[in-house]
Amino acid sequence: MTQLQFFIQQAINAISIGSLYALMAIGLAMVFGILRLINFAHGDLIMVGSYAALLLLAAGVPFWLAALAGICASMVMGLLMERIAYRPIRGAPDVAMLLTSFAVTILLENAAILIFNPTPRPFPVPEALGTAQRFGSLRIANIDLIAIAVALVLLVALTFFVTRTQIGISMRAASEDLLAARLMGINVNVVISYAFAIGSILAGVVGLLWSMRVGKIDPLMGFYPVLKAFVASVIGGLGSLPGAVLGGYVLGLLEILLQGLLPSALTPYRDAFVFIALIILLLFRPNGILGSVEKEKI
Amino acid sequence: MLSFEDIHVYYGHVHALKGMSFEVMEGELVTMLGANGAGKSTTLLTISGILKPTQGQIIYEGRNLSGFSPYSIVRSGIIHCPEGRHIFGGLTVRENLMMGAVQRRDHSQVKQDFDWVCSLFPILSERIGQNGSTLSGGEQQMLAIGRALMARPRLLLLDEPSLGLAPVVVQIIFDVIQQLRQNGVTILLVEQNARKALQIADRGYLLETGQVVLSGSVQELHANPAIERHYLGG
Repeated sequence: MTQLQFFIQQAINAISIGSLYALMAIGLAMVFGILRLINFAHGDLIMVGSYAALLLLAAGVPFWLAALAGICASMVMGLLMERIAYRPIRGAPDVAMLLTSFAVTILLENAAILIFNPTPRPFPVPEALGTAQRFGSLRIANIDLIAIAVALVLLVALTFFVTRTQIGISMRAASEDLLAARLMGINVNVVISYAFAIGSILAGVVGLLWSMRVGKIDPLMGFYPVLKAFVASVIGGLGSLPGAVLGGYVLGLLEILLQGLLPSALTPYRDAFVFIALIILLLFRPNGILGSVEKEKI
Repeated sequence: MLSFEDIHVYYGHVHALKGMSFEVMEGELVTMLGANGAGKSTTLLTISGILKPTQGQIIYEGRNLSGFSPYSIVRSGIIHCPEGRHIFGGLTVRENLMMGAVQRRDHSQVKQDFDWVCSLFPILSERIGQNGSTLSGGEQQMLAIGRALMARPRLLLLDEPSLGLAPVVVQIIFDVIQQLRQNGVTILLVEQNARKALQIADRGYLLETGQVVLSGSVQELHANPAIERHYLGG
C-alpha cells in the first residue's frame, strides 16, 4: 500500500467516525442550546434504537423497515424522556437537570439489562452494507461510505431546517434568548419537543451505523458515543450547532491521527491523548472553537 | 381594554407586586413611572404571562388572562418589548423581524408589515442580512421595537425603550411611538425618562414598592410637586 493510499484510507476512516460524532453532538447541542441541559441520556437513545431494530430483524422484518422502526423508537424515547423527566423540572438549576439526565441514563440502561440481559448480541449487517470497495490495494468499507453520505444528507437537511423553516429559526431564537422567544409568542414546548425529536432521530441513525460498524450491541453501548459527542460539542463550542459538527469531525480526525502517529505501545492510551489535546484547546479557547464569549451590551 | 385588579406577584421570596391595580383604555398611551425596583418590569412580565400572579385578576377585553401561557397572550394581541432589547444576536435582522410574526398566518399582510417596519426604521433595511449582534445599541432597540410590531399588536408593552441611547436615537424612537399611537395602537410605556414619557402620554401611574401611589392625566402628574421633585428634576 502506498503512502497516498494509506492517507486516503485513514482520512475516510476519520471522516466516517467524525460524522457519527457530529450527528450525536448536534442532538446534545440542540437541547443544551435551549435548556442548558447536558443530556447524558442521549447516548441511551442509540441503544434503544439499536435494540428495537435488532428485535425486528430477528422477527424477520426487512432491514430497511427495521432500521426505520429503530430510528422511530429512538425518537419516541427521546420525546418521552423530555415529557416525563425534563419538562417537570424545567427552570430548575442546571445541576438538577444534569443529575436528572444521569438518573434517566441509569434507569434506561438497567431496564435494558433486565429486559435484554447484559451480554452483547451480534448485530446483523446486510451483505450489501458489510462488504468493502477495492480500488487497487485501497480498501474502503461500505459502511464508512454510507456513514459519510448519510451524515452529509442529514447535515444539508438540517441546515435547511434551521435557516429556512419557521420552527427551525424559532429553535435558534429560543436558544439565543429564551425569554425573548417566549415574549414573541414562540411556543417553547413545541420547539423543545422538536429539538428532542430531531436529536433523537439523529441518535437513532447513529445507533444503526454504530452497531453495524461495531457488529454487536449491548445495554451500555450508548456510553462511549455520548461521551465522544460531549467532547465534540465542547471542542466546537457547547450549544453551537456548527460547533457541534466541526467538533465532531475534529475529534474524529484527532483520534485517527493519534492512532496512526502514536507508537504502538501507546495506542491503548489514545483517548488520554485526545483529552490532553482537549485540555490544551480549552486553555486557549475556553468556549470552544466556535463558542463566543458571553458578552452583555448595556 | 386591560385592567389589573389587586394583583400580587412574588419573585422568588420577594413580594414584588402588592395589590397593583390600574387600567389601560383602548387607544390610550399610558406611562408607568417609578424608581428601580418599584415593580414596573414585573408588571409587564405579569401581563405577558411570564410571571404568574398569586392573587388578583388581569382582565383583557373582558377575558381573564390569569393562567394564559405567554404564546396565547401574544395571540390575543398583546406584545411585550422587553427592557434590555433582548434581540436574537445570532439571527439576522430579517429573521429577528420574522420571529415577531411567528404566530401570524396572514402571510401577505406580514410582508406588508415587514415593509412598513423597514420604512419606520430605514436603518434596519440597510442591515437586513446582518446578525443582530453586529448592530449598535440604538439599532438593536429599533430592531426590538420593529420585531414587536411585526406581531401587529393591539396592545404594545414597551419597557425602557430609551435606556442608554443617544438623544437623537431617543427622538426617533419617541416619534415612532407617537406614530403608532396615531395608528390606533394602545401603548403601555415604562420609562425612566419621565419628562419625555409625560410629553407624549395621555395618563400616567406612579409606582412605589409594588403599588400604585399616584395616578392621573399627564397634566395632573406634571402639577404634582412630588413628581416634579423626584422624576422631573425640578
